[in-house]
Amino acid sequence: MGQRTPLYDTHIAAGAKMVDFGGWDMPIHYGSQIEEHHQVRRDAGMFDVSHMVVSDFRGDKVREFLKTLVANNVDKLKTPGRALYTCMLNSQGGVIDDLIIYYLNEQWFRIVSNAGTHDKDMAWMAAAAKEFGVVMSERPELAMIAVQGPHAKEKTYTALGENLREAAGSLKPFHSVTIGELMVCTTGYTGEDGFEIILPAKAAVFTWQMLAEAGVKPCGLGARDTLRLEAGMALYGSDMDETLTPFEAGLAWTVALEPSARKFVGREALEKQLATGVTRNLVGLLLEDKGVLRSHMKVFCQQGEGETTSGSFSPTLNKSIALARLPAGVAVGDRVEVDIRGKRLAAKVVKYPFARNGKSCLN
Amino acid sequence: MSKTPSDLRYTKSHEWAKKEADGTVTVGITDHAQGLLGDMVFVELPKVGMKVAAGKECGVVESVKAASDIYAPVAGEITAVNSAVSDSPESVNQDAYAAWMFKIKPASVAEVEALLDAKAYEAVVAAEAH
Repeated sequence: MGQRTPLYDTHIAAGAKMVDFGGWDMPIHYGSQIEEHHQVRRDAGMFDVSHMVVSDFRGDKVREFLKTLVANNVDKLKTPGRALYTCMLNSQGGVIDDLIIYYLNEQWFRIVSNAGTHDKDMAWMAAAAKEFGVVMSERPELAMIAVQGPHAKEKTYTALGENLREAAGSLKPFHSVTIGELMVCTTGYTGEDGFEIILPAKAAVFTWQMLAEAGVKPCGLGARDTLRLEAGMALYGSDMDETLTPFEAGLAWTVALEPSARKFVGREALEKQLATGVTRNLVGLLLEDKGVLRSHMKVFCQQGEGETTSGSFSPTLNKSIALARLPAGVAVGDRVEVDIRGKRLAAKVVKYPFARNGKSCLN
Repeated sequence: MSKTPSDLRYTKSHEWAKKEADGTVTVGITDHAQGLLGDMVFVELPKVGMKVAAGKECGVVESVKAASDIYAPVAGEITAVNSAVSDSPESVNQDAYAAWMFKIKPASVAEVEALLDAKAYEAVVAAEAH
């Protein structure tokens, strides 16, 4: 038996099919993964993401600590509530985890990281925090619900009260606001508008039920995966890991090399890689033949061989799509071949995201 | 609970087989199998005229979650395929016993008789759950 979120019994009662995910018993779907996917692209769906790890970092030098801990620069966080997506690297430039940092005040930052990497993340961050006199505390008493979709915000106001509209209605993406015991964030993993709500575990079932009454449908991690793939968002363990730098995982945009005086862990390795040349890039693939792309399929292109890192059927495009790590030089529009169960099928290199905000991004 | 009609025969690899009056055997995947796989998005069927051995893969169903081979329950020759299923893979989720995949003219009638009955198949499913 895996770990259970406060919503476990609620999922079972709703007929969820449960699977192991990073040591947690989580709902993969409540009936139809494809319907749940469309629900989020077209209306509003909610995900129990309480398995995600919330940890708080407090101390006078917490900003200094984070400036060395991660590859993106927390100095971009100038006003309380702002959020930053970043990779945490080892000294070889490999990705230990990808995470979101929330700036609450100058003595208090919050990190939300992956469940599957919990133990190594905590050990790494605790050791680094110590040097700066920063106190790290995990917050297992908190739950997290992601409400996503074009009508997600409206339905959340209906469920949780109009004062939320006043407090959170004008937030731009990657911001947050704290209202009593709720932290409401304009972040997500679907490519749709919406909130991620961090709340006391004891309030999770009640909040979930209020959202359901407002017309927000429960959605499982299956739909979450196809939504994030369409949105071109990388998944830790599939599209990136400790053997790859952010440059090889389509995440160059999250690395802040300026100012050059900021010495973050992994910087030297990244600079060295840039100097010698990045040999592999993450690209999008659209399958032209019939079939379904999955992860770890071999890809053949003019420049050599590569591999799909995430692949699935895209309900929005009604075609199969993938992220693939291919040799440098492969360009958008190129034709490649993918080995699908022993057959070489044709695919086209495309720009990702594939789909966001209810529609295809491919022309 | 998934359904297991008592008038059909079954395999351990989750195909159902139905003896037709004309001597052919109609084949599909079970309701239990479609439930495990989830939403179907792609079905690849064998070619008519293909000779198959019992237990040989002769098609593929792919769901959002995974790909799974379809195996011939008995040896014989493929005499028909249901292209309506490859056109709408979701029909397998709607009714796995209506969404047949192909028909085989069996080499031996005894082989058909030797397939699992509903009770034996349910025992296979129950054993897999543990």
